[in-house]
Amino acid sequence: MTEAPRKEGTRDRYGKTLAKLAAKDRNVVAMDCDLGRSTRSYDIYAVDPQRFFEMGIAEQDMVSTAAGMAAMGKVVFANTFSVFLTGRAFDQIRQQIALPLSNVKLCGSSAGLTIGADGSTHQSIVDVALMRVLPNMTILVPGDGNQTEQAVMAAYEYKGPVYIRLSRYETLNYLPVGIPFKIGEAQVLKEGKKVVFASYGPVLQNVVFAAELLERRGLDVGIVNFHTLKPLDGRMVETLATEYSHIVSVDEHSVFGGLGTAIGECLAEYASPGPKAILHRVGIQDKFGESGSADELLAKHGMDPEGLAAYVLGLI
Amino acid sequence: MTDEGKVRELEKKAWMIRLELIRMFSVGKAHHFGGSLSCADIVSALYFHKMNYSKENMNNPERDRFIMSKGHSVPTQYVALSMLGIIPGEELKTLKTLGTRLQGHPDMRKTPGIEAPTGSLGMGLSFANGIAMAGRLDGLTIKVFLLLGDGELQEGQVWEAAMSSANRGLHNICVFVDRNRFESQGEVERSKGIEPLVDKWKAFGWETFRIDGHDMGSICEVLDRFDGTNSKPFVIIADTIKGKGVSFMENTFKYHNASLDDKEYQQAIDELQGTLAALGEGRTG
Repeated sequence: MTEAPRKEGTRDRYGKTLAKLAAKDRNVVAMDCDLGRSTRSYDIYAVDPQRFFEMGIAEQDMVSTAAGMAAMGKVVFANTFSVFLTGRAFDQIRQQIALPLSNVKLCGSSAGLTIGADGSTHQSIVDVALMRVLPNMTILVPGDGNQTEQAVMAAYEYKGPVYIRLSRYETLNYLPVGIPFKIGEAQVLKEGKKVVFASYGPVLQNVVFAAELLERRGLDVGIVNFHTLKPLDGRMVETLATEYSHIVSVDEHSVFGGLGTAIGECLAEYASPGPKAILHRVGIQDKFGESGSADELLAKHGMDPEGLAAYVLGLI
Repeated sequence: MTDEGKVRELEKKAWMIRLELIRMFSVGKAHHFGGSLSCADIVSALYFHKMNYSKENMNNPERDRFIMSKGHSVPTQYVALSMLGIIPGEELKTLKTLGTRLQGHPDMRKTPGIEAPTGSLGMGLSFANGIAMAGRLDGLTIKVFLLLGDGELQEGQVWEAAMSSANRGLHNICVFVDRNRFESQGEVERSKGIEPLVDKWKAFGWETFRIDGHDMGSICEVLDRFDGTNSKPFVIIADTIKGKGVSFMENTFKYHNASLDDKEYQQAIDELQGTLAALGEGRTG
């Protein structure tokens, strides 16, 4: 009897990686706003209870306190749900994290639609947009468990502010193992013809499934993983613009301010020597979410494998 | 007990700060006069008396820290830092001009001696807590001093942080509230009343004092009672006068952020020089 392949949320591997880092570096600390068992930041507690700081339900206070600890040389992982971290504490992030280049890793958990049943109040769908406009901010969105480990290690090694967008949505470890993770370098998962998907985060798994569906229909579609939303890999965008006719961006985020927007900015300024690709933005079309299961919500917004495949078929 | 001579010396330094502030602000440019003048005595007592802080130890992890949470009053801190030899005196004139290290609000990346990014009000105490928490993890013996504006207490984050300091037993934090009664557009009490301040801070778990923020003897006396090993974090509500020392700026919000004409400038300089001269005479006589 074969075991079913193990699924995990990026938040799960995040917690484990945080604990590993804490075991090797005494300067690693974590704080949370009464959600540590959900965000998995509490995993650090088992390594050293002194280095887990329960800040209570006070996101603004947590972010400013994180900045203070960072000023003392700590590598601070500041955690709560993405929607509260980036929304409630935006000014603190702007003033005390981004502006002074504080070495704080802002870990926004349960991001996107896939928090599911909690509904629109908790669905963080503009966080990338908010963080992307801040100077000095780096944004990483790992696509599966293995990549989360790489992304968290990269954020730790990078001295400065990083926003890491994490999810509770459980996926397989579907990304190829062994591709090096470099901040700012997009990964080509698959070469294709005419159409290329550009996506990031756990929804990328649906993109991979969609490409498989399309392959059965005889369509060879490319896939690129833009795990770093900022700085965006502009060279990759230019390459895709030249090599493909259509770039389909898939954001588990508002189409305003996410990957589609970032690619669009790049594309618009790219003086292509020949014809360049048209951009199509799949994502949340300037509306709020609602309660439902993660998969139902992704399907409703056209980001299930079938929906994505149908979208591509409609282009051709 | 701080001796009488020392108290007089600190008073004089506070007046020198005020005079230097006016010179630095000069004519025809908008600056935060009121709140910079009201906190000069507190800043003088901290930098020149209480804190383990000097040009020599300013990079030592065990130094005491001062955070100007009401960031718009940072010119007072710039002047004090120049008196400590950390910022060259001639640099004060570059305040808020393009390319200067002396930004309009505190920038810890640009200015030596600035310990925290503040200016957007309400964030300083949380930041101070972070310093104290990290210091405790590292076994450092440090004290963290913070100056809050009274209007700033209308920011909810201050009270989030106040709960944290008390809950975590951060006894090495000492907060001054510059209670000058005015915010930018009028009296603090007209918009969101913050009194009774002593009761509020006590209820939040703080050791609380209320003093005359221009009585250097009282400032020193209450600071003598703080050594960082107190049973609770320490807050001193300092009743002050907005615009202290320049008659036409006192007790009004109009000079919270304003500019002076030549005549006003000269009057301010004359008044402050007069006060300093009187202090000098008192000391020698």
